[in-house]
Amino acid sequence: MIACKINGLSVEAQDGATVLDAARAAGVRIPTLCFLEHQLPTGACRVCLVEVQGAKALMPACATPVAAGMVVTTNSPRVRRTRRQIVELLLSEHDGNCPTCARNGDCELQRLAEDLGISRVTFEGTKTRAHSDTSTPALVRDNGKCIKCRRCVTVCNTVQNVGALFPQGRGFATTIGPAFERDLADVVCVQCGQCAAVCPVGAIQETNHMDGVWAALEDPTRHVVVQTAPAIRAALGEAFGYPAGTRVTGKMVTALRQLGFDAVFDTDVTADLTIMEEGHELLKRLHSALVDKDPKVALPMFTSCSPGWIKFAEYYAPDFLPNLSTCKSPQQMFGALAKTWYAQRIGKSAKEVTVVSVMPCTAKKFEAQRPEMTASGVADVDYVLTTRELAKMIKAHGIEFRDLPDGKMDDPLGMSTGAADIFANTGGVMEAALRTAYELVTGRELPVKNLHLTPLAGLTGIKEAALKIEQALPAWSFLEGVTVKVAVAHGLGNARQLLDRIRRGEASYHFVEVMTCPGGCIGGGGQPRFTDDAVRLKRIQAIYAEDEGKTLRKSHENPAVQQLYREFLGAPLGHKSHELLHTHYKPSL
Amino acid sequence: MADSLTCECACKGADGAAPSEAELMKRLDEVLDEHRAQPGGLIPVLQIAQAIFGYLPESAMRKIAEAFHKSFSEVAGVVSFYSFFSTVPRGRHLVRVCLGTACYVRGGREVLDALKKRLGIDVGQTTADRRFSLAVGRCFGACGMGPVIMVDDTVHQRVKSARVGELLEEHS
Repeated sequence: MIACKINGLSVEAQDGATVLDAARAAGVRIPTLCFLEHQLPTGACRVCLVEVQGAKALMPACATPVAAGMVVTTNSPRVRRTRRQIVELLLSEHDGNCPTCARNGDCELQRLAEDLGISRVTFEGTKTRAHSDTSTPALVRDNGKCIKCRRCVTVCNTVQNVGALFPQGRGFATTIGPAFERDLADVVCVQCGQCAAVCPVGAIQETNHMDGVWAALEDPTRHVVVQTAPAIRAALGEAFGYPAGTRVTGKMVTALRQLGFDAVFDTDVTADLTIMEEGHELLKRLHSALVDKDPKVALPMFTSCSPGWIKFAEYYAPDFLPNLSTCKSPQQMFGALAKTWYAQRIGKSAKEVTVVSVMPCTAKKFEAQRPEMTASGVADVDYVLTTRELAKMIKAHGIEFRDLPDGKMDDPLGMSTGAADIFANTGGVMEAALRTAYELVTGRELPVKNLHLTPLAGLTGIKEAALKIEQALPAWSFLEGVTVKVAVAHGLGNARQLLDRIRRGEASYHFVEVMTCPGGCIGGGGQPRFTDDAVRLKRIQAIYAEDEGKTLRKSHENPAVQQLYREFLGAPLGHKSHELLHTHYKPSL
Repeated sequence: MADSLTCECACKGADGAAPSEAELMKRLDEVLDEHRAQPGGLIPVLQIAQAIFGYLPESAMRKIAEAFHKSFSEVAGVVSFYSFFSTVPRGRHLVRVCLGTACYVRGGREVLDALKKRLGIDVGQTTADRRFSLAVGRCFGACGMGPVIMVDDTVHQRVKSARVGELLEEHS
């Protein structure tokens, strides 16, 4: 511990703490803009400047380590004056248009200007050159609004290891973006939207699908159904002032009904279906490897629910493409079934049904437009709203979200199990898969407390578990005594590390779950801002509570899934499943 | 590093003819084999590549990015940060004018204007006969001799704007 003084308070700071860490721990608020937790400070924005006794210049709190006996002032007139000047300079070049900006009311720069009491900008200067990049299906970049804090650069390079964004040029002319100021479509971008999630201003956002959804809802000839991903219910409330981790499933359903959707369904149902298909696919691969001794069988098998990960693999890990499960994501399985099985049931053609998804994700917008995703003959999913976009639509419709009564999803595609809920967080898909696979093979419930595989939970980047199969049912006797080894990675930087370990032969697994975003879908690029680890953990807690609150907690128990197999699909991996629920991916570049 | 900056190879192949693009790429491959993934090796390799090609073609930058396990955007960020790098073909001679503070106050700007007028090109451009390219720099580390310009690797000191024509004539 290091003793120092902050604003006259005696503070004991942790060894290695920065002034910012120490101040936060002591309850002293220092504004920040470029700061990102767990990342090396860039010190780019200078908003966190503080006065350190004995130092000539003001020091950036995020990048200044605490020293013994240090005397820090965070709110002197000099500090206040300087911070205001810095923010005024940022505002002078920021091509903001606040009232019409998508970030109006949800902008860190705006909030900072308000907190610092800036009522006018005293500097007149050149505005940052505006360039709008709409080259990708999921993301829109507007350079005129960029304040060059470089948070997006850090997440794109250090966290996700994708490297689409980097500062280009130098000085005032610096822009943040792809090589030589080109568009995102010209470089490798997996459209995970983590850049949009950390952008403090309106420089990076999701592509607007709200207008398309409003138009579909207004069109009386269209039957418009909505599916909501499991991660939405644990985060949507934040957009209406609820603390992180508040579950708003019932209010969300009522709000969707009031918006005018003809049916409110749950992506959970196809998450359960994914488990059935993917679980059987894994068992088939294991059979090929262990019994048929087929040298060509690709193990470990990787999950394929996360479209950013799929695109990452297509670009950076083409050698692992045969290892990807052929299962489409729950979003796309839902679209394919809504426009075939469900459409037939209500006497409509695929063309008359509009499928809207609500996703925590920007990459889902890209996924819905992939040419492979037209099993029904038309695009299986028409529009993908992020959690943030749904919140905006609810507000625009004049709905008092907090006053809404709880509603229930419609049958049959609104039935869910706890196993599907936990698809929302890292480790969840694996746990759900093992709950079903273990029971299928042994006839007994997964032998862990409360059905939770604790080694796979939490925010550690790469997690592992092993499960020994004993007393297998006769049909699965080839698995008797086999120790099934699994791994979980979240955040593409961690995924890349895990792939490298597997390539080098340092680790071997049967089944690997990869989620693109840190924390999994609950930390997705389309979730309410701002998502840090504290928020991630609260959302994860909410998801586990949702799971534990359900009577049905295993995918194979979902009555809608059972009905689907009985009436339409036949058996897992059957002909119909292959047609509608599976796909293949090709290397890019 | 100074050795690699001088043009050893871009002009002529072993038989005196201009080397083909494929031959130049082969040279880059050899350089990359030597420096691959070396920490801190990116900028030196970019300099060598520029000496090989006379500029930095996109194909070369992509190859370098791959060898250093960096993204193309990151390599582009480094290349666009330093004015010594060029992504467009340059003339046989590169004229660089220092506009650092010392040179600027001693007439650097006038020298630049005179060069622009004389060559009929703007900064970043190359004359139609591919003889000269014009660039600016911020301080060559010769502040006591300002205003300074560099033609290729030669530093010219106390340049007078009226006499830039004579200076250019020395370079064919």
